[in-house]
Amino acid sequence: MPTFVYMTSCDGCGHCVDICPSDIMHIDPVTRRAVNIEPNFCWECYSCVKACPQNAIDARGYADFAPMGHSVRVLREEDKGTISWRLKFRDGREKHFESPIRTTAWGSIKCASEYEIPSNEAINSQELAHEPDYLKTDQGLPSVTVDHFIKYELAPASAAKKKSKKVSAQAAE
Amino acid sequence: MAGKKTVFVDSDILVIGGGFGGCGAAYESRYWGRDKKVVVVEKANIERSGAVAQGLYAINCYMGMRWGENEPEDYVRYQRNDLMGLVREDLGYDIGRHVDSTVHKFEEWGLPIMTDPDTGRYQREGKWQIMIHGESYKPIVAEAARKAADAVYNRIMVTHLLMDKKQPNRVAGAVGFNVRSGDFYVFQSKAVIVAAGGASHIFKPHSAGEGMGRTWYAPWSSASAYALPIRVGAKMTQMENRIVLTRFKDGYGPVGAYFLHLKTYTQNGYGEPYEPTWRQSIEDMVGDYVNHEPVPTCLRNHAFLKEVEAGRGPIRMVTKEAFKDPHKEIVGWENFLGMTIGQAVVWAANNIDPKEVNPELVMSEPYVMGSHATCSGAWASGPEDYAPDEYQWGYNRMMTVDGLFGAGDTLGGTPHKFSSGSFTEGRLAGKAANKYVDDLGTNTPEISEEEYLELKEQIYQPLETYRVGRNEITAGTVSPTYLLPLSGLQRLEKIMDEYCGGVGQRYMVNEPLMTRGIELLKMLKEDLKNLGADGLHQLQRAWELHHRVLASECVTAHTMFREETRWPGYYYRGDHPKLDDKNWHCFTLSQYDERTGEFEMEKAPVYHLVDDVKQAAE
Ligand SMILES: Cc1cc2nc3c(=O)[nH]c(=O)nc-3n(C[C@H](O)[C@H](O)[C@H](O)COP(=O)(O)OP(=O)(O)OC[C@H]3O[C@@H](n4cnc5c(N)ncnc54)[C@H](O)[C@@H]3O)c2cc1C
Ligand code: SF4
Ligand code: SF4
Repeated sequence: MPTFVYMTSCDGCGHCVDICPSDIMHIDPVTRRAVNIEPNFCWECYSCVKACPQNAIDARGYADFAPMGHSVRVLREEDKGTISWRLKFRDGREKHFESPIRTTAWGSIKCASEYEIPSNEAINSQELAHEPDYLKTDQGLPSVTVDHFIKYELAPASAAKKKSKKVSAQAAE
Repeated sequence: MAGKKTVFVDSDILVIGGGFGGCGAAYESRYWGRDKKVVVVEKANIERSGAVAQGLYAINCYMGMRWGENEPEDYVRYQRNDLMGLVREDLGYDIGRHVDSTVHKFEEWGLPIMTDPDTGRYQREGKWQIMIHGESYKPIVAEAARKAADAVYNRIMVTHLLMDKKQPNRVAGAVGFNVRSGDFYVFQSKAVIVAAGGASHIFKPHSAGEGMGRTWYAPWSSASAYALPIRVGAKMTQMENRIVLTRFKDGYGPVGAYFLHLKTYTQNGYGEPYEPTWRQSIEDMVGDYVNHEPVPTCLRNHAFLKEVEAGRGPIRMVTKEAFKDPHKEIVGWENFLGMTIGQAVVWAANNIDPKEVNPELVMSEPYVMGSHATCSGAWASGPEDYAPDEYQWGYNRMMTVDGLFGAGDTLGGTPHKFSSGSFTEGRLAGKAANKYVDDLGTNTPEISEEEYLELKEQIYQPLETYRVGRNEITAGTVSPTYLLPLSGLQRLEKIMDEYCGGVGQRYMVNEPLMTRGIELLKMLKEDLKNLGADGLHQLQRAWELHHRVLASECVTAHTMFREETRWPGYYYRGDHPKLDDKNWHCFTLSQYDERTGEFEMEKAPVYHLVDDVKQAAE
């Protein structure tokens, strides 16, 4: 469902413009409020809806396949760490859902550079950061050797002439 | 656009695309390269960009080695079976052995992963999937990447890679423009990691009106991941291996949790099972592959398609029984609200309560990507400790262009990576790129002023073309001199649909069709010189279209080259209707020559893990 913006709620703050992955929420130069400039490139991802401090954005199912009269509203509360949804069917039935969104404080992730500087030995090994500890096994990083791999042989004719052909627009003319 | 400022940014490692692969690359580049300058460039806002913008409800790639659930070898077998024998098993093993440490890190960062109350382990959705409350999956992962990078440049659409002016076949950076300010950006970098996601809107979607954006893969997955490396001559692999998905109708809601966790199943329009009906016809086409467990995704698609063609549609998901269980009902709905909100909207709009109605399924249009049940993408070097020689020419995850790395949808041959595997592959690329930069010493690449100035001219041309052309007409969208990006996109989608195996042709292609398709693509490509953009937003659309068209040419060249039907249910070669292991149990590789516009095709061998090799072709 592409999004639309309620005239009386939007204050033109631009949060939706900033977040939309499709770059389709823009501030209208005349009304100074947000508008979806390209509804047919809207994924209904709700990123803008969740980001709007005024709850000014709503969505309506795509006109080419969704009957009218429904609504799917969302409230994302970072401080509470939850997201809640209210679904209203065309016939008025409602459903409510709530889920956690994060178990740690926002901004609490330790930066990759705050860990001890890796040794040369580690740099030259196959291990990635925090391995093998973070695999949480006692086995270390699994590995195989090259002789575990065997080539699938094509039919001799096909394999011998290493079939190379040009596929191009020019050739097709 | 002489008035636009040029901004120069120097880095050691440049990450193009801040999605799952890109965030993993940024994190690991910083971890190993404390002294390096790590820069991420993203066309949207890294907080909510890429395929995971709306969140996910599952992590689809997790071994569970700590509980003895799966080993990397099991994962490789699963990939191979699902993709009808053709995967880069060296790369797959590498994802398998590292992916658990990624997921454990995600949990530490604050991603809510569900646990099974009985076992205390992560809640399994299926053998490879674990369930999460992933509404904030992307912002959490982005937080780690933002901290790791020296700088994240949001809203910069990367249009071209830059090559070293001293040494051939070596990358030196990238150019693009800021979608807000219009400024021209020149990134010079010693190593470049492309992680720009997959490709939607190459084939015409089912809905062509207001709902055309409600595709399965995100409408902003614009094939940059392919076009950027293709243009500079990086070899690509398995680009014919487009994916078609069974999804809930119109909303493209995923079916994984329904099949695996809710234990729902499908039936035809008359309430009958239909998969057994088509078993023999599948065996006639692909032989023994029909006996793979689980049945390969494409073959299940095939049965669906045949049943509908036989006039017994629509296919429905039987949900009525499962949804009687209140827990399952919640999972069923939250699954969509967490990753495909549009499906919940479609059901609310249509009064579809799966407790009472068995919802319709549909077979999607094809997508080109490298991280789901498909593996299109760039040909990359394998891990140093075991990859066979033919798969190893330098650093892990480096393409056939020096200093150019990839991750996630960008790299070919490794399906079933999904979010966690894409992030893991970014980590692998980040570590390898760091090593590459160290080994360069003072022999560093240099960008050429001539090259980037010429590109600058090309990049802004659509604004000028529009400005001039717009004055010739009174109003409206119809001009004799310029092509609007949307019109060009619709032309591309129609060509690919009709000539390269889209929904409209029931996924059927042959050589005559594709020969004509290639002619049409060539004319479209010529017309792209006349793209007109009325502003910076449309300029972004113009360059997305350029990327989609080049990727489409590559897809068509690959599809033409592989003379067999390897993945019935993804597409069919009418002129070569059977799987042909004798001649085609191999990878297809292409290399583009920008001067001639030609793709040179070759075969590359498939290596299997030895203990379960089937030595000879039947
Ligand atoms: C509907 C849906 C459901 C899914 N379900 C699951 C699931 O349940 N579990 C799971 O694990 N995975 C799931 N996936 C798959 C997962 O999202 C992908 O595998 C993963 O995101 C791929 O990572 P990536 O880095 O290759 O691409 P992305 O994450 O898409 O990142 C690509 C990035 O590149 C940027 N970009 C693109 N072009 C340019 C350019 N020219 N210049 C600058 N930046 C650019 C994009 O804006 C984006 O940020 C799902 C995907 C979808 C769409
Ligand atoms: S975020 Fe909300 S209030 Fe701010 S501009 Fe967008 S719609 Fe208006
Ligand atoms: S729902 Fe998503 S794609 Fe649509 S306008 Fe909002 S942020 Fe953009």
